[in-house]
Amino acid sequence: MTDAALPRRQPIALRFPSVMIFLAILALFTVGVTILSEGFGIGVISTSFIKTLGKTLCLCLVALAMDLVWGYCGILSLGHMAFFGLGGYAIGMWLMYARTEIIVLESLSAAPLPPTPTEVSDGIASQIFGVVGASEFPPVWAFAHSLPLQLLAVVLVPGLLALVFGWLAFRSRVTGVYLSILTQAMTLALSLHLFQNDSGLRGNNGLSGLQNIPGLSDTPQSTVSIWFFWASAVALGLGYLLCAWVVSGKFGSVIRAIRDDEARVRFLGYPVEAFKLAIFTLTAVIAGIAGALYYPQAGIINPAEIAPIASIYLAVWVAIGGRGRLYGAVIGAAFVSLVSTWFTGGQAPDINLGFYTINWVDWWTVLLGVSFVCVTLFAPKGIGGLVDILIDRKSPSRHGADLGPDQGALREQEAEK
Amino acid sequence: MSTLLEVSGVSVSFDGFKAINNLSFQIAERELRAVIGPNGAGKTTFMDIITGKTKPDEGRVIYGEKSVSLLKMSESKIAQAGVGRKFQRPTVFEDQSVFDNLMMALKKTRSPLAVLFFKPASEDNDKVAALAEQIGLSAALYRKSGELSHGQKQWLEIGMLLAQDPRLLLVDEPAAGMTPSEREHTTDILREAAKTRAVVVVEHDMEFVRRLNCKVTVLHEGSVLAEGSLDHVTKNQQVIEVYLGR
Ligand SMILES: Nc1ncnc2c1ncn2[C@@H]1O[C@H](COP(=O)(O)OP(=O)(O)OP(=O)(O)O)[C@@H](O)[C@H]1O
Ligand SMILES: [Mg+2]
Repeated sequence: MTDAALPRRQPIALRFPSVMIFLAILALFTVGVTILSEGFGIGVISTSFIKTLGKTLCLCLVALAMDLVWGYCGILSLGHMAFFGLGGYAIGMWLMYARTEIIVLESLSAAPLPPTPTEVSDGIASQIFGVVGASEFPPVWAFAHSLPLQLLAVVLVPGLLALVFGWLAFRSRVTGVYLSILTQAMTLALSLHLFQNDSGLRGNNGLSGLQNIPGLSDTPQSTVSIWFFWASAVALGLGYLLCAWVVSGKFGSVIRAIRDDEARVRFLGYPVEAFKLAIFTLTAVIAGIAGALYYPQAGIINPAEIAPIASIYLAVWVAIGGRGRLYGAVIGAAFVSLVSTWFTGGQAPDINLGFYTINWVDWWTVLLGVSFVCVTLFAPKGIGGLVDILIDRKSPSRHGADLGPDQGALREQEAEK
Repeated sequence: MSTLLEVSGVSVSFDGFKAINNLSFQIAERELRAVIGPNGAGKTTFMDIITGKTKPDEGRVIYGEKSVSLLKMSESKIAQAGVGRKFQRPTVFEDQSVFDNLMMALKKTRSPLAVLFFKPASEDNDKVAALAEQIGLSAALYRKSGELSHGQKQWLEIGMLLAQDPRLLLVDEPAAGMTPSEREHTTDILREAAKTRAVVVVEHDMEFVRRLNCKVTVLHEGSVLAEGSLDHVTKNQQVIEVYLGR
């Protein structure tokens, strides 16, 4: 056996050209948008559209997480937008607290006596919780005054929830449809809880004014929006590298094996539940971080964002983009969410059929549903499958012959990639 | 030779149907054993019990010199303890290359963290290459295993088992779908493997069993009908009745 037949350990960039291509496109996109922006460039792109693009990058990041857990590990989680929302709430609490604190201090500074800490705290509480008829801080706000602690919460709250939920579910070997239903139940329970006024997170009002970053009141939104756009791009780039690293080595081999035949993996001696739990928790943390970058750009978060349907949309994006490949998830999330913004924003021209006018704001969901069904039935590889078609052109055609030397081998048409 | 695995008084029923009925079985270290029996005799279920896939209603399964009970262990723990299994239907990971399949099976720490930071050393690569040579798949090392023929998949699975380096090897119908020359090669591999570990082979084909040249256990309706050399058991009146019909 000669060494020549064995794989040389190449740098990750060379083994996975798609990673390099992706990062290059992301960098070009970021630079291009910056040049066209109002804040740092020639002002062709409006600030609100910069925010849309920044939010889209965050959605791409959570789609990456979804692809890792579903496309690679085979766990169809319909609850990852809950982790996304929790990340948003965690950062939103600090944003609201710190900004309200500044306002309260300003208004109290006019008073003859310097305000006591209790006065300040009460002032902030009544400002924030006035809408739900409360004037005291609920226990969940205990760390809201501290940015580092709330940043920790961005990671820990989704991570711990995923850890506990996943441990319970995987330990009892809940798989497939039942697991999906369970994640939906978790999502529904969480959003119903947040809808209540006494949840301590302002009920259906949610947290608002998140676009106003404390201490940056003099910086225009056109600048802040670009900063967040950059942060989102960096997070997406790093997230992509992390995911590519996770799926590239033996770990990737094992999780894909779990997706295809988890019983067999157990007989190889791998603790399947621990692997699933690791992936589930890691992706929940990524989702939380994506959410923490998304909501300051959106400006508002409320429990409707955590509704079960949001997580289903996430799965639809990944399916349309092509699951089981990282760039597929990114393409799916970017494409569908941008098209969705266009349709639901009322920009799409209505179609007048004479007897009925198709109003896209209402009909977009139907169109999305139909596309999802079509992709599932006719193009299971999604948009990412187009890349295969481009690359396959260059490889020699075997005219549909068997790939293996014997009968029963896969035929060329059946073999993937 | 000391006993490696002892199964005693094990019974399993599925919805009232007794698939395994008070079965007792022993195998020593470095022993090669063939298990034969008509369809539905409970051969696969017997392996399911040892590997932890099926929990028996009663009985004991004791393994190793420390005499641990396998019944309380999970499938992955049993596999880590040194019990390897080849399934009746070849189950390799079709979406991955022969190399990846073998590398995954290679005996290494199985915890998620260790796997995440795993980098194959050159001796690991050499081991995989040597295994591929042994199972005749050197040329196909980087092909997707889904593209292999049925017989090649069977071999890949045997190669994965050898990579696990188990102390007890359970092989369910390894020669199904193989050509005569492939079958011969398979007997060689199994006999070679049995020099360093215990091997239990389930097989229907009498020629194949004869070539293994080892002690034979005949299962019927979930319990042992006869045990001994192939010539001995084929002379047994009950065995003849079961196989040829009354
Ligand atoms: N999970 C199950 N549920 C119900 N019945 C089962 C189950 N597994 C096995 N059986 C039944 O138990 C009996 C023994 O099955 P087993 O697969 O062990 O037979 P076998 O000896 O391996 O047969 P073959 O030679 O066909 O592989 C059969 O009658 C089968 O139908
Ligand atoms: Mg069987």
